[in-house]
Amino acid sequence: MIREFGPADIVYLLAAARWTVALALTAMVGGGLIGLLLAVMRVVSFPPANWLAIGYINVIQGTPLLGQLFIFFFGLPLFGIQVDAWIAAALALSIYASAFFAEIWRGSLQSVSPRQWEAGASLGLGYWHRLFYVVLPQAVRISIAPTVGFLVQLVKDTSLTALIGFIELTRASQILSAATFKPLPVYGAAAVLYFIICYSLSRLSQRLEGRVHVAR
Amino acid sequence: MSLVELAGVHKRFGLVEVLKGISLSIEKGEIVAIIGRSGSGKSTMLRCINGLEKVEEGRIVVADIDVTAPRADLNLLRQRAGMVFQSYNLFPHLTVERNIMLALRLVKKLPVAAARELARTMVEKVGLGDKLKAFPDELSGGQQQRVAIARSLAMQPTLMLFDEITSALDPELVGEVLRVLEGVAGEGMTMILVTHEMNFAKNVADRVIFMHQGRIHEDGPARETLLEPRTAELRSFLSAVLH
Repeated sequence: MIREFGPADIVYLLAAARWTVALALTAMVGGGLIGLLLAVMRVVSFPPANWLAIGYINVIQGTPLLGQLFIFFFGLPLFGIQVDAWIAAALALSIYASAFFAEIWRGSLQSVSPRQWEAGASLGLGYWHRLFYVVLPQAVRISIAPTVGFLVQLVKDTSLTALIGFIELTRASQILSAATFKPLPVYGAAAVLYFIICYSLSRLSQRLEGRVHVAR
Repeated sequence: MSLVELAGVHKRFGLVEVLKGISLSIEKGEIVAIIGRSGSGKSTMLRCINGLEKVEEGRIVVADIDVTAPRADLNLLRQRAGMVFQSYNLFPHLTVERNIMLALRLVKKLPVAAARELARTMVEKVGLGDKLKAFPDELSGGQQQRVAIARSLAMQPTLMLFDEITSALDPELVGEVLRVLEGVAGEGMTMILVTHEMNFAKNVADRVIFMHQGRIHEDGPARETLLEPRTAELRSFLSAVLH
């Protein structure tokens, strides 16, 4: 039965967009925590930690996200671990994001002037104090723009989870489009919702950047 | 034992030998100006003294700490030997007050109130009492350098190292920083300064060390050494910087 694209469908899309946001937030937090650990493993002077982090980052960055989604969704059950689409999507996106966060943050850490490390050292601050109180706060400021840039990417990448049947904004649009045969208005509305989410993120980034002091 | 002792110190950067056997002792309360052409090794020597550079050969002992020992406690050394840099190196994300409080809290473990009080005293001492809440990028170069001096002095070191601290400043800002240095000198602090300010060296320092090609070429009382250099190298260096 073919029906019209009406207000109820907009509500349906909005409800699905909540899952897009939830997935992006989960990947942001999960990927952020793993990414932070990886970034630290990348900069400490302990070669095995460096190699492990570099290997992980290269594998994740060098393979497609869709492949990673399939591995978690179809691969884990082969080992007897049952996962639903949400768990597989959240896991895959977190791991995917962690590799990119790690590299963004490593770059930010290393772009803080070595003189700041020296200044901390010359006051008798130990390595971890220098890292956490002197260098990290400045690295955070430097990393805001690229981090949010990647988050915007991540929001859009959540649409790939439609292919393992997770009902977020894109999957919901496919369902509506099939029911109404009005692909243009349906996908148009979905695009507007994606834009609202991503644009809000960019604005947030600009406001954050204006608030922090850093060496220029 | 002297406060600072260097014995046969060699330092290489790759194939270039920057310090070619430096031996030197500095007593408590001395104010020593280190002069010389760029590349003569004077900044490197200063950085070796507080362990920012590792030496290949020789021994350095500062305030009873063997800097060249494999497991030297460099953090303790740096509490005893404060250092101020050419490029100020204030922490840009912290206010003047917090720049000074940071190490007082983390290293000296002072309570917040005591650290804040000490920060205010030190900042007033360098004449910037109204800038406690300012961020470094809101200050002039001279003001930033005065804060950097206050930040080091707040740690109550036994010895202060100054690495060309007026070289990055506009000429009209040099005076205010030198006046702060004179104040510190007047309090009996042991000071080692790498400097290009010959008048300051002549009038404030007790002793001048002239470095040339990685070696100590002349070492003597400040006035005498600068007014009557014994070697041709120092004579030609002085005529180059004074004219």
